[in-house]
Amino acid sequence: MANEIRLQTPLSDEDIDKLKIGDKVLITGVIYTGRDTAHKRMIDLINEGKKLPMDVKGQIIYYVGPTPARPGKPIGSAGPTTSYRMDAYAPKMMELGMKGMIGKGNRAPEVIEAMGKFKAVYFGATGGASAVLAKSIRKAEVVAYEDLGPEAIRRLEVEDFPAVVINDIRGNDLYVEGAKKYRKV
Amino acid sequence: MRDIDVSEIVSTVKQLLIDANYNLGQDIVAAFERGIASDESPVAREVLKELKENARVAAEGEYPLCQDTGLAVLFVDIGQDVHVVGGNIRDAFNEGVRQAYRDGYLRKSSCDPFTRKNTGDNTPAIIHYDIVPGEKIKIMAVPKGGGAENMSRVHMLTPSAGIDGIKDFIVNRIKESGSNPCPPIIVGVGIGGTFERTAILAKKALLRKVGERNPDPQIAAIEQEVLERINKLGTGPMGYGGTTTALEVFFEVEPCHIASLPLAVNVQCHSNRHKEATI
Repeated sequence: MANEIRLQTPLSDEDIDKLKIGDKVLITGVIYTGRDTAHKRMIDLINEGKKLPMDVKGQIIYYVGPTPARPGKPIGSAGPTTSYRMDAYAPKMMELGMKGMIGKGNRAPEVIEAMGKFKAVYFGATGGASAVLAKSIRKAEVVAYEDLGPEAIRRLEVEDFPAVVINDIRGNDLYVEGAKKYRKV
Repeated sequence: MRDIDVSEIVSTVKQLLIDANYNLGQDIVAAFERGIASDESPVAREVLKELKENARVAAEGEYPLCQDTGLAVLFVDIGQDVHVVGGNIRDAFNEGVRQAYRDGYLRKSSCDPFTRKNTGDNTPAIIHYDIVPGEKIKIMAVPKGGGAENMSRVHMLTPSAGIDGIKDFIVNRIKESGSNPCPPIIVGVGIGGTFERTAILAKKALLRKVGERNPDPQIAAIEQEVLERINKLGTGPMGYGGTTTALEVFFEVEPCHIASLPLAVNVQCHSNRHKEATI
């Protein structure tokens, strides 16, 4: 991969500005997990004018529902889930200051547009490389919605978590460009 | 008539589901290796190396291959001369699932479709029974993840669509699925039967190993043709672009109604987990 960029969370507008599709990044610091039901609950809180369980400013949300941790391990396998299911919620989260999302799979046009507007990026992690990805997670604790089990919001401390920039703030899409390059029909 | 105690069913189901979630088939690992050697995209080759490494780490037994350890799909061939003793057969399959997901540190992904409340133990198992000659029970465990399953479709074609209509539908489905089902994928195709039968055929097709072509040479040739068309789409591993979009296409074909041409495409991610045992 062309560039390998080290990112430390929380992310700033300058961090986001320099990222372009296809960049390989290694993320270190705190990131939060959240998927379908956790997002729905957060959006419900916002609509009721209440505070979120964590401050999303500058933060990355990782779309993941890990397997249970074995004794002595911080977490179980932890690869990305398919992101489009969070499309309905993502623009609002970016409006609140979220700077990054980690998942896999295509995003809706309005999500890509919101990335440009609010300066945020979408990272892809390798789906199904979940055992390898778990090894870059040093610590994990549930911060909200424990009743959701694997879908609870967790605060993760990661070190050199590998990801690729799929959508940048300029509206580019690695899925479109990558496939175009190798298409033979 | 041979007696089989339900406890044997419980322990077999448990062991198969744990084994499937930690130990990827060598046929898939070998397919990754072929992609590492042949994919035209350097990014694709990197992803395939990561997946090969993931299979190695998972086999150490601490982290499952994927965090989506699936719903527990079981194909069960019951010999007609078997007498199941010691309890209820359905409870035994569910107990095997319960123990596997608890003791194997696997994720419980089964929930109520409306409230989304988790059932807590990954039951109920999804069981497809068949009664066959003999006095044994063959259990095929297929933990099935949600991401690729969501990309699957059943389509009732008109007979006039013919084989070209079938091929086009499959290739378009994979094109539209893009990066979502975690390529490189395995494509299970059911053709014929009825609405529900064709879907089961498509799922059953996923039980084959990479390289195991349909025994009918004409169908085998179509499998190969569709595989090549899919790999020209450019989607590549994880959708980042490349020439390894699918590792295999498997067709299962049965007769259908004179008015129908049922087709099912069951999309499976690269983590094509299936293990079988006979008791």
